[in-house]
Amino acid sequence: MNYLKHIGKYFLMLRQVFRKPQKWSVFRELFFREVEDLGLKSLGIIMFISFFVGGVVAIQTAMNIDSPFIPKYLIGFATKRGIILEFAPTFMSIILAGKVGSYITSSMGTMRVTEQIDALEVMGINSLNYLVLPKILAALFFYPLLILLSMFLGIIGGYFAGVITDLFFSEDYIYGIQLDFDPYFIKYALTKTVVFAFVITTIPAYHGFYVKGGSLEVGRASTKAVVWTSIVIILLNYFLTQMILG
Amino acid sequence: MIEIENLYKEFDGVPVLKGISTTFEKGKTNMIIGQSGSGKTVLLKCLLGLHTPEKGIISFDGRIHTELGIKERRQLRQEIGMVFQGGALFDSLTIEENILFPLKMFANKPKSEMLDRVNIVLNRVNLENVNKKYPAELSGGMQKRVAIARAIVMNPKYLFCDEPNSGLDPRTATVIDNLIQEITKEYQIITIINSHDMNSVMEIGEKIVFLQNGVNAWEGSNEEIFKTENEAVVDFVYSSNLFKKVRETYLSKTK
Repeated sequence: MNYLKHIGKYFLMLRQVFRKPQKWSVFRELFFREVEDLGLKSLGIIMFISFFVGGVVAIQTAMNIDSPFIPKYLIGFATKRGIILEFAPTFMSIILAGKVGSYITSSMGTMRVTEQIDALEVMGINSLNYLVLPKILAALFFYPLLILLSMFLGIIGGYFAGVITDLFFSEDYIYGIQLDFDPYFIKYALTKTVVFAFVITTIPAYHGFYVKGGSLEVGRASTKAVVWTSIVIILLNYFLTQMILG
Repeated sequence: MIEIENLYKEFDGVPVLKGISTTFEKGKTNMIIGQSGSGKTVLLKCLLGLHTPEKGIISFDGRIHTELGIKERRQLRQEIGMVFQGGALFDSLTIEENILFPLKMFANKPKSEMLDRVNIVLNRVNLENVNKKYPAELSGGMQKRVAIARAIVMNPKYLFCDEPNSGLDPRTATVIDNLIQEITKEYQIITIINSHDMNSVMEIGEKIVFLQNGVNAWEGSNEEIFKTENEAVVDFVYSSNLFKKVRETYLSKTK
């Protein structure tokens, strides 16, 4: 029953979020600030993880293909498919849920407990629209770019890991990643990313906005937000895969 | 004038305000006092529109709050300045940006004009060279003064203050009290202060509303509070020996 109450409250929150911004010049400023906070500041971790996990995927694929009847270019092919379909959009979104989700909940939660949100309301500002809409739009705009970069770096990471360790030849890997390229898979991955970007910003915003109490509750809300965002991403990943590829 | 008529507010079936009626006049520092849990903050939040009362009327110069549409309510809120207990300054913005914030949202003026206004209100609260600092770099008293500056930057008709002296030393508290009173007179606004601080009550309370268990148990001025025989008020206001002696001295002199 309690879950239903939260789900209802979440959708009521969204109704307040999707209103016309009170001043476009202020909204534009906030949008670019959020692009920096939620997107550009996540570039480093996304690049680092993508490169090394791409390497691990390529090494593990190579290690598991020991039959002489399986061509080596399949390592590149499997790495590319794994990274584009699953690793970049889903795994990176869960990383972002941890990093960005906790940031959103703790910053909004702190604003709530220090009455900064009340201050916005008293001034006649729709605080949900002011605080959450720029975050959603910044994530919807920037995360697809981040995931495309993650795909690229993951594949590059696989290349370097295999070539340096002599697990496969450079030509085989490059042939493998070019083999049977289907742009629809990129579309599928980006569709998932857009949905996950929405989840990564709105669920933590919900937990932060409605927090009650003090700093301890803000900490608890951050943990809850990350857990619920990850759960929703995993569930939506399953349903979206069924709907789009199934 | 702000008029409150028969205001009821409850939370989860528990009544917090039980039919409060009172008025707050222009150019006066009005104070709401009472024990913790008496309903002061809830009353203030009802006045600010942060809580919706179950019953009753709140009227701002004839505009009944509950009957206003979203647009008119937003307009009314722009006429309200609020000083929160902890200041509620936006941590991520500089002092200048904090004060500029309501102007940027609602005033269609050139930036230079808005910055001039920021400097005028900063001067009014006796703050200098803090424009580029962040709230965390200022003392509690300075933060309160910035909060007052932000509250008056839009030339409000109504100023609300929630425990403006909490956490301040007595000297700074007096400075803040005097500042609020001066601003009230100068701008001819309606000021409502929610306070626990009996020094403030005695110093600047031109109208005092005493709440007890969600009802308006007494009201009067800071002069009348010395003479009152109301037991609840006497118990609350003169709970310390110092204030008891002050009252006795006052009464013996006026007899």
